[in-house]
Amino acid sequence: MQRKPALGSQGWANRLAALTPQMVLLPTLIAALVYVVIFSLWTLWISVSQSTLLPNMAYGGFGEYASLWKSKRWIVSYQNLFLFGALYVSGSIFFGTLLAILIDQRVRYESVWRTIFLYPLAVSFIVTGTVWRWIFHPQTGVELALQDLGWIAAKFDWITDRDMAIYVVVFTGIWHASGFAMALILAGLRSVDGDLVKAAQIDGASMPRIYRKVVLPTIWPIFVAVTVVLLQFAIKTYDLVVALTQGGPGVSTTVPAIVVYDLMFQRGQIAQGAAAAVMILVALALVLVPYALWSGWRARKEARSHG
Amino acid sequence: MADATTHQEFDPLATGSRSKQRRSRAIVYTLLVVFALIYISPLLIILTNAFRPLEEIVREGFISMPNSMSFGYWVEAWSTFCIGGTCEGVSRYFSNTLLMTVPATILSTAFGVVNGYALSKWRFKGDMWVFGLITLGVFLPAQMTLLPWAFVLGKLGLSNSIAGLVLVHTVQGISFTTLFCRNYFVSVPDDLIKAARIDGAGFWRIFRRIMLPLSPPILIVCVIWQFTGIWNEFLFGTVFTSGANQPITSAIVAFSGSGTGERHYNVEAASVIFAALPPLFIYVIGGKYFVRGLTSGAVK
Amino acid sequence: MSSLQIKNLRKSYGAVEVLKDINLEAESGEFVALVGPSGCGKSTLLSIIAGLESVTSGEVLIEDHVVNDAAPKDRDIAMVFQSYALYPTMTVRQNMTFGMECRNIDKATQDETVKRVATLLQIEPLLNRKPGQLSGGQRQRVAMGRALVRDPKLFLFDEPLSNLDAKLRVEMRSEIKKLHQTVGRTTVYVTHDQIEAMTLATRIAVMYQGVLQQYDTPKTIYEKPANTFVAGFMGSPNMNFFKAKAVKNGDGFSVVIEGGEGTPLPLPADRYDTLTDGQSIIFGVRPEHFSPASDNRAERKGIASVAVPVRVDMDEPTGSETVLLTTIAGQNATIVCEPDAAPAIGDTVDFEIDMTKISLFDRKSELRL
Repeated sequence: MQRKPALGSQGWANRLAALTPQMVLLPTLIAALVYVVIFSLWTLWISVSQSTLLPNMAYGGFGEYASLWKSKRWIVSYQNLFLFGALYVSGSIFFGTLLAILIDQRVRYESVWRTIFLYPLAVSFIVTGTVWRWIFHPQTGVELALQDLGWIAAKFDWITDRDMAIYVVVFTGIWHASGFAMALILAGLRSVDGDLVKAAQIDGASMPRIYRKVVLPTIWPIFVAVTVVLLQFAIKTYDLVVALTQGGPGVSTTVPAIVVYDLMFQRGQIAQGAAAAVMILVALALVLVPYALWSGWRARKEARSHG
Repeated sequence: MADATTHQEFDPLATGSRSKQRRSRAIVYTLLVVFALIYISPLLIILTNAFRPLEEIVREGFISMPNSMSFGYWVEAWSTFCIGGTCEGVSRYFSNTLLMTVPATILSTAFGVVNGYALSKWRFKGDMWVFGLITLGVFLPAQMTLLPWAFVLGKLGLSNSIAGLVLVHTVQGISFTTLFCRNYFVSVPDDLIKAARIDGAGFWRIFRRIMLPLSPPILIVCVIWQFTGIWNEFLFGTVFTSGANQPITSAIVAFSGSGTGERHYNVEAASVIFAALPPLFIYVIGGKYFVRGLTSGAVK
Repeated sequence: MSSLQIKNLRKSYGAVEVLKDINLEAESGEFVALVGPSGCGKSTLLSIIAGLESVTSGEVLIEDHVVNDAAPKDRDIAMVFQSYALYPTMTVRQNMTFGMECRNIDKATQDETVKRVATLLQIEPLLNRKPGQLSGGQRQRVAMGRALVRDPKLFLFDEPLSNLDAKLRVEMRSEIKKLHQTVGRTTVYVTHDQIEAMTLATRIAVMYQGVLQQYDTPKTIYEKPANTFVAGFMGSPNMNFFKAKAVKNGDGFSVVIEGGEGTPLPLPADRYDTLTDGQSIIFGVRPEHFSPASDNRAERKGIASVAVPVRVDMDEPTGSETVLLTTIAGQNATIVCEPDAAPAIGDTVDFEIDMTKISLFDRKSELRL
C-alpha cells in the first residue's frame, strides 16, 4: 500500500501555535507567582527576621510573635475582630435576608428598592466612615439634633464611649454590606422552584413558615457563600475603622489591620508588623481552607451523583 | 439564572383573605420605607450639608433642615480647599485617582478576559494549578504584600507615583478578573470552540470572533468591580504615595481624620461627595448587570 | 482508495482506557455509523478523527495520510455537532462563511458557495438571522449547511438529531440520507439510536465499553450479530435470549429451551457444525420471528418447525402491530404479531419460531456460534 506523507507535523509554526494559551498566561502566571508565593514568603521571613525600622533579613526567631501576643493593643484588636466579625456577618445576613424577603413579595418598583439597599456597596469605606462619624458624633450628629428638637437631656455618644464604639463600627459595617447579602439571597430566593412554594401553600403552611421551613433551607449554600465572603471582608477590615473611629477611643475599636499599618509604617517595627500580617493570613486561612475543602467535597459529590 | 432578579413565578402574598392580604402588604411596605430611610439618610444628610454655611452646621449639627443654601462650598472643595498643606482642592486628588483607576481597570480587565478564555477553553496539563494560584491572589490579605511591594516599587523607581499604584492594582485586579471571566466562559459551550477549530480558526481568531462578542456581560462586571474597587481603595494609596500624589480616599482621611484645627464641614461634605460620585455613577448605570453577574458567579 | 482508516487505535485518560484497539476502514463515499450506548467511546472516537482529541497509540489516516499530529483545520473535515454549535453572535450567513474566511477564500466564491448550499438546504430566507431566532429544525439545517460549504474530504456527525422531536427527527433523517446520496462524501455518523444507524449507514460499527464489537453492513449486523451485546442492542423490541441446550438430533442439532417441556426445536441442517451434544447455549430469537402456530407460516415456507406454548402476560398495541409480553418455558419473551392475530391476555397459545432466522451464542463467551 502506498503511504503518503503525514499531515500536520510541519515543525515550529504549528508547535508554537499549540503553545499559545500557555504563552498568553505566562505574564499572569509570573505575576501571580511573585505576588502570591514570593511576597507571602517574603513577609513571612521578615516576621522572623531582625528587621526594625529598616529591613534586616538576618534570622531573628519568633520573638516578634511572642511580643505581639503580649501587647494589649493586639489582643484587643483580635478580640474586636471576633466580636465585629460575628456581629457584622450575622447582622448583615439577618437584614439582608429580611430585605430580600420583603422585596420578594412582588413589591412595586422593585428595582428602585434594590438600588437603594445596594448603593452603599459602591461607596468607599472611607466615605461611609466619614459620613457616619459625623452622624454619630455628639457634637455634630444625632445627639445635637435631638437636643435642638427640645430634648435637652438627650445623650447619644456611643462613638466616644470605649465600651460602645465597636457597635458603631458594627452598625456602619452592616449598613454597608447588608445590600450585598440581600442581592445574593434575593437571587437565591428567585432560583427556588415555584412549585415547591405552591406545594407548601396547598399543604396549608403560612407564608412566614414557608420561608422558614421550605424556601430558606433550600438555599443554604448561598448563606454559606455569603458568610465566607463577609467574613473575609471582616478580617480585612481597615478603611472603615480608620475613617470612623481611627481605632479609638483609646484602642477600643482597633482591628488587626490597623495594628499592622501602625507597626510597619508608624512605629518602625517592621518584623512585628509582618508577624501581625501573618496572623491576619492565619485568620483568613481558618475561614477559607475549610470552605475550599467543603466546596471541593461538595462538587465531587455532585459530580458523582450526576454520573 | 441571568434573569433571576427580574422574574418571579408566584406571589407569596396572594393567599389568605382579602383583609389579611391588605394587612401583610401594608407591613411589607412600611418595613421597606423604614429601611429605605435608614439607607438613604446619610446620602441626604451629606448632600444638604454641602450647601449649608459653616456656622449653621456648627450650631445645629449635620441633622437639621437647612436655612440658607450656597453652591460656593462645592467650588471651594473642588479647587481651593487646603488639604495637607496644598490648597488646590480635591480636584488634584480626584484626577490622581482617575489616572490610577482608569488604566488599572482597563489593563486588569483585558488580562482577565484573555486569561479566563485561555483557562476555560484551552485546557492543558496543570491548568487547574495555574488557575488556583491566580485565584489565591483574590484572598491574600493586602497586609501580606505591603512590605514586598514597597521594596519592588522602590527598585522600579515607582515609589510615590500613580504608575506604581496602577501596577499594584493591575496585578491584584487580574486575580479577580481572571476568576470572574473564567467562571463566565466555562458556561460557553465547548462545542463552539471545537466547531471553530474545525473551521480553521486559531486561538486569537476564536477569541476575537466568537468569545469577545459573547463577553459584554462579564466585561461590565469586571469593569464595575475593578473601577469601584480601585477608586475606593485606601490602604495601598496611603502606604505607597504621599502628599500631592495621594488618591482621593487618602486625601479625605487627611483632612477629616486629623481631628484638630478648624473644621470646614460644608466643604468637607462636598469633597466627600466628589469622592463618592464616580463609583456611584458607574453603579447606577451598570448596577443591574453587575448584580446579575455577581449572583451568577457566586451562586455557582 | 480508502477514505478513512483507523489502525490499532487506543485512547486512555490516565489509567482509564476508553478505546481499546479499534480497527476500522471506510471506503470513499461510505456512510459509517458509530453506534452504541452512552459511554461506549463512540464520541471520543469521532473527536479523535476530527483531531479534537489526541491519540494514545495507533494511527488515524485520512486519504492515506497519517493525521495523528494534524490540527483539526489541516484535516479537511467538517463536523455537525449535537448542540449544533452555531456561533450565537453571527448571522446564519456568517456562520457559514466563517470557515471559508479562516481559509482565506475570496468573497465572491464565499457568496456563491453560500448561495448554492442555502438553496440545497432551503435556508435562503434565514441567511440574515441569528441562531437564537431559529427553530430546532432550522438550526439543524444551518449546522449542516456550515459543514456543506466546506466540501471536505470527510463529514463527521455527532448525534445530530438527538435534540429534535420525534417527527422532525424522522424527517431530517431521510434528508441526511438524501444529502449523502447527492454529495457522495465519506461520512462518519455517531448515534445511540440503532434505527438511525440501520436506516442511514452503509456500514455500522457497534461499540461497547471501548471495544468495537462488530463492523459490518446493517443487514449482517441485524441478521448475524457477532455477540449477544450486538444482538441485544440492535433491533427494537430487543431480541429474546433463552437459556437453552444444543441436543444432537440425527445428523443435525436441535435446541431445547431450559425449564420447559423439553420440546426439541430442530436447527437447519449443515449449519452450526461446531456445536456439541449438550452444550449450554443462548438461543436468540427476534420478536418478529414468532408466528402463531395457526398461521402455518413455517409450513408454507417449507421449513420444519415445532410450536412452543406461550403464555401471554400483557399486550402493548402500537396500532400497526401488537407487542406481546409473554412467558415461554418460565422465561420472559417479547413477541410481535399482527394486531388481529393477538391472543387474549392470560391465554396460552402455540407459537412457531422461524428457525432459519435465529441466532445461537455460546453461554460463556456470548459469541455467535
